[in-house]
Amino acid sequence: MNIDWAALASVFGVSLVVTVALVGLFSLGIVALAKQASPAQGAASPVRARAGAYACFALCAAAVAYGIYLIVA
Amino acid sequence: MEHITLLLAIVVVTALVFDFTNGFHDTANAMATTISTGALKPKTAVAMSAVLNLVGAFLSVEVAKTISGGIVNENGLRTEVIFAALVGAILWNLLTWLVGLPSSSSHALFGGLIGAAVMSAGWSSINGGTVVTKVLLPAIAAPFVAGVAALLATKLTYRINRNITDEAQLKSTAKGYRAGQIASAGLVSLAHGTNDAQKTMGIITLALVTGGVLAPGSNPPVWVIASAGLAIAMGTYLGGWRIIRTMGSGLTELRPPQGFAAQTSAATVILASSHLGFSLSTTQSCSGAVMGAGLGRKGGVVRWSTATRMFVAWGLTLPAAGLVGAGAEFLTKQGPWGVAVVAVLLVAGSGAIWMLSRRKPVDHTNVTAADAEPAGVVTTAIAAVSPPPVGMGVPELKTTIPAPAPSSEAPADPPRPATV
Repeated sequence: MNIDWAALASVFGVSLVVTVALVGLFSLGIVALAKQASPAQGAASPVRARAGAYACFALCAAAVAYGIYLIVA
Repeated sequence: MEHITLLLAIVVVTALVFDFTNGFHDTANAMATTISTGALKPKTAVAMSAVLNLVGAFLSVEVAKTISGGIVNENGLRTEVIFAALVGAILWNLLTWLVGLPSSSSHALFGGLIGAAVMSAGWSSINGGTVVTKVLLPAIAAPFVAGVAALLATKLTYRINRNITDEAQLKSTAKGYRAGQIASAGLVSLAHGTNDAQKTMGIITLALVTGGVLAPGSNPPVWVIASAGLAIAMGTYLGGWRIIRTMGSGLTELRPPQGFAAQTSAATVILASSHLGFSLSTTQSCSGAVMGAGLGRKGGVVRWSTATRMFVAWGLTLPAAGLVGAGAEFLTKQGPWGVAVVAVLLVAGSGAIWMLSRRKPVDHTNVTAADAEPAGVVTTAIAAVSPPPVGMGVPELKTTIPAPAPSSEAPADPPRPATV
């Protein structure tokens, strides 16, 4: 019986980091868009908020694309 | 010759039936949280999942060369043994569906295969160590890994969102999370189609090879790929609503940010595990992610009684499917009439389970509504009385014991110092 602890640990580490990073990025993007939607809490510059949000979403989309690549490969 | 082809045909059909049950059993993995948070309508969700499963089946040509990945010595495996294993796996899948518990379809197949192989060739045909490393350890690791990831991701989401308070903004973020969740769910569906449809193709190909129809090492014919993909897609579209209900709203109540965190964690764990060489069960990862997301929100509660029933089902999967597989193999060993008896029993058993399910049908109309309401009241009550339970304790016990304790302790206290 040969348990591959290293593989298990790397699955744990990678899953944890990737999940938290992706969810965090996506949340940042969503929050930026939401703040910009209502003028009450006027963000410093709506254009920058919007650009930042789209950058976050682009990174998430890249992660999804990499996921599809992993499935196909 | 006539007999061999008939047996082969039976095995191919049974493998496709297993593929079908695999589809509707595992729809919940991808779509339960998507349906319960309202990201997609139930019918739309299963339709999308079905299409992605079908696409996934065609995406990869690397068909699983072994059914069990080394658990069972597959050299000289007779066609009847594969048949008996499939019977065990199908019946266990249907039974867990009837009681609405998510359990791993692959583990059911492993269990059936182990039981049938032991009955056919004795215990020496099983690699005990591989059972531990490929089934038992992942069963413990999968929900833990996915759960911790989802828990932290949920906490982070709520922290980032802490300044979002007004109604319009909350609506806007919820909409965003639902959109993100659909993407994660799509990835899970695609991965499921690729992995599990490949498994069925592997089984059919192996059966064709052992039956002498295909040369060893040959790729599956197109009709095998197409039929396996269609079977899993049709099963997915049918929707295992009972399991979807348990996973989507039975374990915990999910709001859009939690649903997104849970589904993203599940997708990441599934892809990471299958590409870093430590395969984790899709079902168990998803269930763990849902529970982690449930614990991550302040005031969120996991219904441990449902979770415990689910853990028990996971523990029983291997032995139960194994026993049925062994029984089926005992019959098929007796000759052609045994195979016929097993086939009849399989049809009768499936029919009986289906009849039982009609007594209290769950479908796309009541998958989120009906039972979720009273259950929600209970959870909020529990949440109000006790802090979120940490261990495996049954919440009901914790809530009822503290209440009478003060009154019974008051009179009980004075005598204690006297006796000491």
